[in-house]
Amino acid sequence: MSDLAPKPLIPVPRGPVPEAPPPRKRAMVELTIDGQKVSVPEGSTILDAARQLGIDTPTLCFLETLAPVNVCRVCVVELEGSRVLVPACSRKAEPGMSIKTDSERVRLSRRMVLEFLASSVDVSTAPQFPGYAKRYGADPERFGSKAETVAQPPKIDNDLYVRDYSKCILCYKCVEACGVDAQNTFAIAVAGRGFDAHISTEFDTPLTNSACVYCGNCIGVCPTGALMFKSEYDMRQAGTWNESRQTKTDTICPYCGVGCVLTVHEQDGSIVKITSPLDQSVTHGNLCIKGRFGYRFVEVEKPRKK
Amino acid sequence: MDIHFTADQPSAEEKAAVDQELGAPETGWDGGQRHVASDGRVAFGGHDAGSHRHKLLPALHAVQEHIGWISPGAINYISQRLGLPPAEVYGVASFYQLFSLTKRPPVVAHVCEDIACMTRGSEEVCRKLENKLGPAGKPCMGGKAAWLRSPCLGLCERAPAALVSAAGKSPRERVLAPATADGIEELLREGIDGKLPAESDALSMKASIPQAGSANLVLLRRLGKSSATSLDEYRKSDGYEALRKAIEIGPEAVVREVIDSKLLGRGGAAFPTGKKWEALLNQRKRGRPHYVICNADESEPGTFKDRVVMEGDPFAVLEGMTIAALATGAKKGYIYLRGEYPFAAERLAHAISAARKAGLLGENILGRGLNFDIELRRGAGAYICGEETALFNSIEGYRGEPRNKPPFPTQAGLFRQPTSVNNVETLINVPEIIRMGGTAYAKIGTTNSAGYRLWCVCGHVARPGVYETPFGGTLRELIQMAGGVAGNGRLQAVLLGGAAGAFVTPKELDVPLTFEGTRAIGATLGSGVVMLFDDSVDLKKILLRIARFFRDETCGQCVPCRVGVVRQQETLERLIAQKPLGTTETEVRMLREMGQAMRDASICGLGQTASSALESALNRWSIFS
Ligand SMILES: Cc1cc2nc3c(=O)[nH]c(=O)nc-3n(C[C@H](O)[C@H](O)[C@H](O)COP(=O)(O)O)c2cc1C
Ligand code: SF4
Ligand code: SF4
Ligand code: SF4
Ligand code: FES
Ligand code: FES
Repeated sequence: MSDLAPKPLIPVPRGPVPEAPPPRKRAMVELTIDGQKVSVPEGSTILDAARQLGIDTPTLCFLETLAPVNVCRVCVVELEGSRVLVPACSRKAEPGMSIKTDSERVRLSRRMVLEFLASSVDVSTAPQFPGYAKRYGADPERFGSKAETVAQPPKIDNDLYVRDYSKCILCYKCVEACGVDAQNTFAIAVAGRGFDAHISTEFDTPLTNSACVYCGNCIGVCPTGALMFKSEYDMRQAGTWNESRQTKTDTICPYCGVGCVLTVHEQDGSIVKITSPLDQSVTHGNLCIKGRFGYRFVEVEKPRKK
Repeated sequence: MDIHFTADQPSAEEKAAVDQELGAPETGWDGGQRHVASDGRVAFGGHDAGSHRHKLLPALHAVQEHIGWISPGAINYISQRLGLPPAEVYGVASFYQLFSLTKRPPVVAHVCEDIACMTRGSEEVCRKLENKLGPAGKPCMGGKAAWLRSPCLGLCERAPAALVSAAGKSPRERVLAPATADGIEELLREGIDGKLPAESDALSMKASIPQAGSANLVLLRRLGKSSATSLDEYRKSDGYEALRKAIEIGPEAVVREVIDSKLLGRGGAAFPTGKKWEALLNQRKRGRPHYVICNADESEPGTFKDRVVMEGDPFAVLEGMTIAALATGAKKGYIYLRGEYPFAAERLAHAISAARKAGLLGENILGRGLNFDIELRRGAGAYICGEETALFNSIEGYRGEPRNKPPFPTQAGLFRQPTSVNNVETLINVPEIIRMGGTAYAKIGTTNSAGYRLWCVCGHVARPGVYETPFGGTLRELIQMAGGVAGNGRLQAVLLGGAAGAFVTPKELDVPLTFEGTRAIGATLGSGVVMLFDDSVDLKKILLRIARFFRDETCGQCVPCRVGVVRQQETLERLIAQKPLGTTETEVRMLREMGQAMRDASICGLGQTASSALESALNRWSIFS
């Protein structure tokens, strides 16, 4: 009888469970930043090293959860022996590097980058901008009122989120989040070239016609508010958006067994948007359409005011 | 990944064009017949199925050339064939100037209005075309044709230049240089009537190489003398002698000779070629594939030497590449040819197939166990694709955006494998080095600039063309060699190195044309451009055209360059209109600051040099006060 019993596909291991191999020790790299010596594990970036020293480096296109594209160039630092400045966010620390993060050259380039962006893009809803602009004395007005901009009407083609590309600094983050760094949906890509380069679906077809699955992960990474919840957009238009009256509550998504952490943003008794913390190991800030947008059922008792 | 398509369907012609390039689709998964029984629920191809991306540019070319524009249905079909998301395919297609994503007439004239042609009447040609055919970019001649303003077409020695392309079942291309408005209209008419001849052109070598036939020539010795289509003639004039010798002495010795020769790259960056090859040779044991790429994207305004060489001596390019392959251990090479060079494409394609037939490319070359083959790739109108890392992305089927360095191409280049990129002119020096020996070659020229150099002499000069000299002569001597200043005869300025180069004044004509000599006066040799302007030329207009060139050609990836080139052009426009914001001085200071940030913070050489010609002019003349 016993040889008729089905054999388990994977044999059950016997004996003690073997120990996991010890984590490979990463060699340390020593470098000098602004005269201070610092040691970081091999593979770290200059940005990591600067942060370890408590040196605040501005970043716009960098995000911990995405591969660095190093395109905004606001994080550039001066590396001894290099003809040009190097991007702190992507350049790996090498032994013996000597770096200045606040030299004249660095300050000039950072200021110009901020002036270039603020003179061509609407940065009014980009939270980091005012601080950076003050720190580097950026004066975007100096290019005059006729300076060319990327101004254009917002794209409102679905009920869940708005794409206002007049606020787009072309940081590539949404493309990465929609693509290989998170969602693998590839609904949007960079199209065109030069100053006309822009984020687009194929032939600018409406989102509803595209591959978009409304995960909202692009909204989650956008640093300027170019991609925005429709709820937030409408409230901002109506002048009722007020972050000082908002609370943020972390909870677990009710829909499925993955168990994503949701941060529920509430204002005046209504949910106004849902995000997820970047440093959360289940989501890394990413959600699906249900967790991101499927919250209205909570409010059935109290219908939203029209 | 689940690919989502819009409802747009390809036409039968579009499908045929793509299938002709990619071969017929095999299953329902990639756009063919669906056989539910065999492939209903299984996707075949395994890992291979996702590895077709590098065929994207050729597929887009096929549609553009056959149909005249690329429709949403065609984008969908290409995406399906290659397993790519349509949004990305659209993103790539919209990167290139030669691709039209809106319906456009099949016959198009690209009319150069860049700086060398400006000295020879291109503005007049464009004005006449406007009168005859209407504004650029609009359909004309009954909606069957259009004309477009174009950046430098690499025909500057025969300026003003135009290129006509006629899409259709058998696509035709033809250059016209020097061009007239009547001539362009006539070619458009022939294109519409299907009467453009099949062969692209037979440019007279004598017109492009005034020295042709002279006994002193080395790099150019065959041009105009032996036939560019005859492998026999190439062999009779020492062709493939160097390859034989290279195989004899082996890779290490070849690299040694090239290092000893002190050959520096002629593509603009002046990096030691031997060092590059050595870096690849040293990685041989790691077992990764290596690639050699011939950079034939030549789009720097004022540059045409590579075109002339490829048209007149294509086998020399192949031999140089084959020696590079031997030295670096590469089995595969690419020639990345500028899209606007139809005649060079024809000549190279012919040479590659002749070399294959003669056992000089492919398996077991010369019966000596060397395996190497070359694929010809055509760009599609993007100066930035000449930057080596942008070139990799372009071949791989991505947008031609440069990559941040490091890693360098010798570590992670094409398909992230060790790669050596060499300019056309660099490569044709190699057979000479192997034949005469590295040390002998190093003795030619000066200590720091060894060997021979090709010069693209154009603009207001009596005999424009490609000139060859050993390094060491002065700018004055070169101008004399080219018959002196033309136009009104009174020299105002010389642009050295192209749009990314620098202006020099008539007082600086005694500068030695060497890497070190030009560096000493804050200029550069760049791609060998020597463009003359007489004093009737309004330099401000030239500066503005250069600013516009960079604005049109920046890839747009990084902020300092994407916005900097726009602000630079705007500031120039205000200065020229004498309507400065604040004073002229504040505007000039602003230009300097922008220049500094572009130079310091841009990702690639385009942004880093986009202000250099302008700044060199500001350093030499008080143009705006
Ligand atoms: C914007 C830009 C455009 C370039 N275009 C070309 C080109 O058309 N042909 C070329 O050989 N090199 C070009 N280069 C230089 C290449 O990046 C690379 O340095 C060169 O091909 C290496 O070959 P070489 O060592 O033989 O010079 C360009 C560089 C930049 C930054
Ligand atoms: S919502 Fe998700 S799928 Fe849609 S564009 Fe954004 S990232 Fe892509
Ligand atoms: S839409 Fe937002 S995330 Fe996307 S590129 Fe623009 S600024 Fe970056
Ligand atoms: S410098 Fe200009 S061309 Fe180069 S990567 Fe940046 S935007 Fe692109
Ligand atoms: S943050 Fe480093 S380049 Fe944008
Ligand atoms: S062909 Fe017109 S400038 Fe070169």
